[in-house]
Amino acid sequence: MSKNFPLAIENKEYSSSGPGSLGLTAKGIHIHKRYIEYFGRTVSFLAAALVIALTLAIIFFIGQKGLATFTVSGVNAWNFLFQTQWMPDRPMEQGGPLVGSLSFIIGSLLVSLMAVAVSGPLSVIVAVFMVEIAPGWGQRVLQPAIEILAGIPSVVYGYVGLSLLVPFIRNYMGGEGFSLLAGFIVLSIMILPTIISVSSDSLRALPSQWKEASLALGATRWQTISMVLVPAARSGIITGVVLGLARAFGEALAVQMVIGNTRQIPYSILDPLMTLTSAITMDMGNTIMGSLWNNALWSMGLLLLMMSFMFILIIKLVVRRGGMIR
Amino acid sequence: MQSKGKWMLAIAAVLVMLLALAGCGGQQKQEGEQASNQQAEEVSGNITAVGSTALQPLVEQAASQYMAKNSKTQIVVQGGGSGTGLTQVASGAADIGNSDIFAEQKDGIDASQLVDNKVCVVGMTTVVNPGVTVNNLTKQQLVDIFTGKVTDWKDVGGSEQKIVVIHRPKGSGTRATFDSFALGGTDETAPGMEQDSSGTVRKMVGETPGAISYLAISYVDNSIKALKLDSVEPSVENIATGKYPVWAYEHMYTKGAPTGVKKAFLDYMLTDEVQGQLVEKLGYIPITDMKVERDAKGNMTQK
Repeated sequence: MSKNFPLAIENKEYSSSGPGSLGLTAKGIHIHKRYIEYFGRTVSFLAAALVIALTLAIIFFIGQKGLATFTVSGVNAWNFLFQTQWMPDRPMEQGGPLVGSLSFIIGSLLVSLMAVAVSGPLSVIVAVFMVEIAPGWGQRVLQPAIEILAGIPSVVYGYVGLSLLVPFIRNYMGGEGFSLLAGFIVLSIMILPTIISVSSDSLRALPSQWKEASLALGATRWQTISMVLVPAARSGIITGVVLGLARAFGEALAVQMVIGNTRQIPYSILDPLMTLTSAITMDMGNTIMGSLWNNALWSMGLLLLMMSFMFILIIKLVVRRGGMIR
Repeated sequence: MQSKGKWMLAIAAVLVMLLALAGCGGQQKQEGEQASNQQAEEVSGNITAVGSTALQPLVEQAASQYMAKNSKTQIVVQGGGSGTGLTQVASGAADIGNSDIFAEQKDGIDASQLVDNKVCVVGMTTVVNPGVTVNNLTKQQLVDIFTGKVTDWKDVGGSEQKIVVIHRPKGSGTRATFDSFALGGTDETAPGMEQDSSGTVRKMVGETPGAISYLAISYVDNSIKALKLDSVEPSVENIATGKYPVWAYEHMYTKGAPTGVKKAFLDYMLTDEVQGQLVEKLGYIPITDMKVERDAKGNMTQK
């Protein structure tokens, strides 16, 4: 607060100065500007440094905790990644604990890839409709609808899935209802807003001359959309899809409620399964800090973090290759 | 360009203020703690109770009643699971660690440091989908179902229907209690789904035909059916007299003997006001009603 004080004085000086004291006013403005610039630069530097420090701290913490499984508890990384037996509490007499998490990794990959496979094409079509075909009411009706979809908490998606989707699948398709199918349907609805908004933004950012030129050459609207606009917005659309994939991969609660959580690899779309996130949330309250079991959960967290790094890397590569469109 | 600069400045200012506020908050808390240390005799100060989600509703309500009477006391109640409660209290991060299981039963916890304060008892019962015609299961039948030996209800006296087993996660307090007292120490190995939240388990069992799982008695309602075990009804009376074996103490562990405000609150948990009214209202069994006692190894004795 006290830092603002000289600023206020300068303002007064500036406003009270008459038309005759031009030089003083200009000087006042100059000091004022320089002061703001200095202040703003310091604050934004501190804010940026804080964000970087936080990111590094989180990476360091998860890394340290997650690697403890391999360094402290001596678990083979290969066994952790490529075995399916999850018996973290097996006593030493029976062969010691096993923390194979392959079935969770496969579960996470399956459920999020299938969600994107459904949601991706659908979102691109909606984005094209919103931007190119019906810009008027698309903007007025669709935009708020998508924003509402984005604002619904994930527990509500999970509860609706549990109450409506799971019984529906059980009654009309067989199995117990808790399944890969229920999981990826819920997820595909949850990631719709992410993909739609990123792809519609990138469509909107295309120079209008491209569209005009295409139409002037005699191309139909369909040809313009499918052969000029969508390919031109490709990098933005891929970014949206990857962001959606990342969101699907990290989603825990809604998925946990509808997938049944069985620690095995699913062989049918109607089989229950378990994801990395649901494995972490189910076990974390019951484990003791520092135990192998707890460390294994942190390793899964580290795996999730590495996956999100990979997604970010993909986005960076895609955007660079796609060139600057804006 | 100019407006962009202004926005940046505004955002930066907000950030700085937030940081300053966070700093102040921390300082105030420290001062509050110092004050509470000085005035321990007057029974005021802050306590945090962390752990078991099964016990959480009782402690929350008892805490708000207690705070209404003792305005100088601030009690924060959090969930997180029995394991979290035990770890947090053992490491000194929380004042009270709530747990469904004895600290001795959990590997990696130094139980000798912790003082056990038992506040009530919670009974657990086998629950099935209302469509299942079976009303009673023997211990052996339960073991067969939860180890996957029996997979159809017709093999345990019901109509022909597939048994859908819903487990709790390994390490959950409810599962530990059910395994040791209903399954006689057998581990659940039947293939099946897992769910941790008691509310979701109830919904899953209520809606899935042929489903079987287990729940704290306080969660049983009309949407599911509670089963007798060896022809004994899971009632409050049968648990208090030791006839029905599947129950657990709810512990509120402290590191060392409780003092000051911790002792005052733990004493309050045992008053008639909590035991007589709140405990029964929320579906637990008052510790004062128990006619049997059980130690950490599971040996039962008459009181």
